[in-house]
Amino acid sequence: MCLGIPGQIIDFVDEENNIARAEVSGVRRNVNVGLLRGEGIGPGDWVLIHVGFAMSKLDEHEAQETLKLLYEMGNAFQDELRMYETSQIE
Amino acid sequence: MKYVDEFRDGEVARNLSSEIARLSKGKPLKIMEVCGGHTHTIYKHGIEDVLPPNIDMVHGPGCPVCVLPMGRIDDAIAIARQPNVIFTTFGDMMRVPGSKGSLLDAKADGADVRFVYSPLDALKLAHQHPDKQVVFFAIGFETTAPSTAVTLLRAQAEGIKNFSVFCNHVMIIPGIKAILDSPDMRLDGFLGPGHVCMVIGMRPYTFIARDYGKPVVLAGFEPLDIIQSVYMTVKQLDEGRCEVENQYARVVRPEGNPKALEAMGRTMELRPFFEWRGLGFINHSALKLRPELAQWDAETKFEVPGIRVADPKACQCGEVLKGVIKPWECKVFGTACTPETPIGTCMVSSEGACAAYFNYGRFSLAAQRSRLPVINLTQAAETAVKGS
Repeated sequence: MCLGIPGQIIDFVDEENNIARAEVSGVRRNVNVGLLRGEGIGPGDWVLIHVGFAMSKLDEHEAQETLKLLYEMGNAFQDELRMYETSQIE
Repeated sequence: MKYVDEFRDGEVARNLSSEIARLSKGKPLKIMEVCGGHTHTIYKHGIEDVLPPNIDMVHGPGCPVCVLPMGRIDDAIAIARQPNVIFTTFGDMMRVPGSKGSLLDAKADGADVRFVYSPLDALKLAHQHPDKQVVFFAIGFETTAPSTAVTLLRAQAEGIKNFSVFCNHVMIIPGIKAILDSPDMRLDGFLGPGHVCMVIGMRPYTFIARDYGKPVVLAGFEPLDIIQSVYMTVKQLDEGRCEVENQYARVVRPEGNPKALEAMGRTMELRPFFEWRGLGFINHSALKLRPELAQWDAETKFEVPGIRVADPKACQCGEVLKGVIKPWECKVFGTACTPETPIGTCMVSSEGACAAYFNYGRFSLAAQRSRLPVINLTQAAETAVKGS
C-alpha cells in the first residue's frame, strides 16, 4: 500500500475528474492525476502511483544525477547509454 | 522502471560499504529506518550483510498496519458486521487480528468485506450499489491520506450519500518524536520515509536535526538508495553535521506536494490524541474527518464500540516497533507467530519487520550467527539484468 509503482501517462480519460490512463508494466489502468495538475502533467510523463493516485512526477534527469553520483563514488565506469536502458518493474 | 538495475549494482554497493566502514571507524552506530518499505528492502536484499558489522539498522514504526491498535480493528469489524454495509479495505488489513478475529473471519461469517486497490474503487462501489452503505477503511501515513482526501472531495462534489470513510490516518512526525523522547532509545540517525516526504516535504524533519542533534536522510526504496542514505548519514556524523538531506531528490521535492497537503487540510483535522500500538497514546498524531464532512464519516454514521484492547501478552510488536528488540528476539517469533498464524501486526503486513524477516528466510539462527548473506546482492542484480 505504501510503496509506489512507476507508470507512464498515456492519455486523459476524464479531464473534469482528473482521471488519466497510465501504463504500469504493460498494464493500462485509470489513475487520478489531480495532485500533479499544478505541475503540468500530460501524456508521456512518468509518475509514481500510490493506491490509484499519481503522487509525484519522476524526473529522469534527477535519476541520472543520482546515478552519476553513485557511479563516481563507486569508481565504476558505465556506458552512459546503459542508464537509458529500460527494464520492467517487478 | 528505468535505472532499476543500476540501483542494484553489487559493486557500487560494496564500494559504498567500504566508504561507510572508513568513515564510521568501527564505531557502533544505530540508524533507524523509519519506513516499513525500507525494512522490506533491507531484508529482501540482505543489506545488513552488505553494510559493515558496526552499522546496526533499527526498524522503525513506519508501517501503518502494524501501529494500528487492536481496538480499531474491532471497530472496523463492528462496522463491517452492520446490515446493508459493504466494507472495503486494502488487502493488508484483511488478516490483522482484532480481539475477536479478523476482517477475513467476519467475511467468512457473512459480512460483506471486499478488497479494493484504491479509495476511488470504493467510491465506485457506492455508485454501483446505491441501496448499500459503502465504507472505506482508511489507513496509512501521509502517503495515502491525500488519496482518501481527494476521494472524499469527489464524494462531496457528486453528493454521494451512501459512502463513508473510517479514518485511521496517522502522521509520521509525532511517531518519530515519541521515539526520540523514549528513554530506552539511543539512535545516531534516521533514514526518512521517502514517500511520506514526497507529500510533506523536507521542512517537518528539521526539528530532529535542530532539537535532537540527529542527522536525517530522506531515502528512496532501492537497495542502493538505502546504502547511499546510510553513507550520507555516516558522512554527516563523521563531519560533525546534523542536517536534513534528500537522497531521494528524484521523487521528493523540498516543499512536498502542496495539492496533496491542501486536499488533506480541506477534509481532515488533527485528533487530540490517538493510540499507536507499541508507542501508546500520542498527542496530535492522527487525523479525523472535519465536522463539515460528518455525513461521510463512518464514526458518526455508525455505532463503533471504541473500546481500547490490550495486545496479547505473548506479543512483543510494541518493542519491535520501537526498535528495542529485533524481530527474532520476540518470544513467539517463528513459533506461535508466523505469517500464516499471526499473533501480532508486524507479522501480518508485508512491510512489518517480522513478516519481512520471516519471508526472506533470514530467521535461521545459523545464518544469523555467521551473518551469512541469504540473498546475495550481486546475484540479485545479475538476475534482474537477465530478467529484463
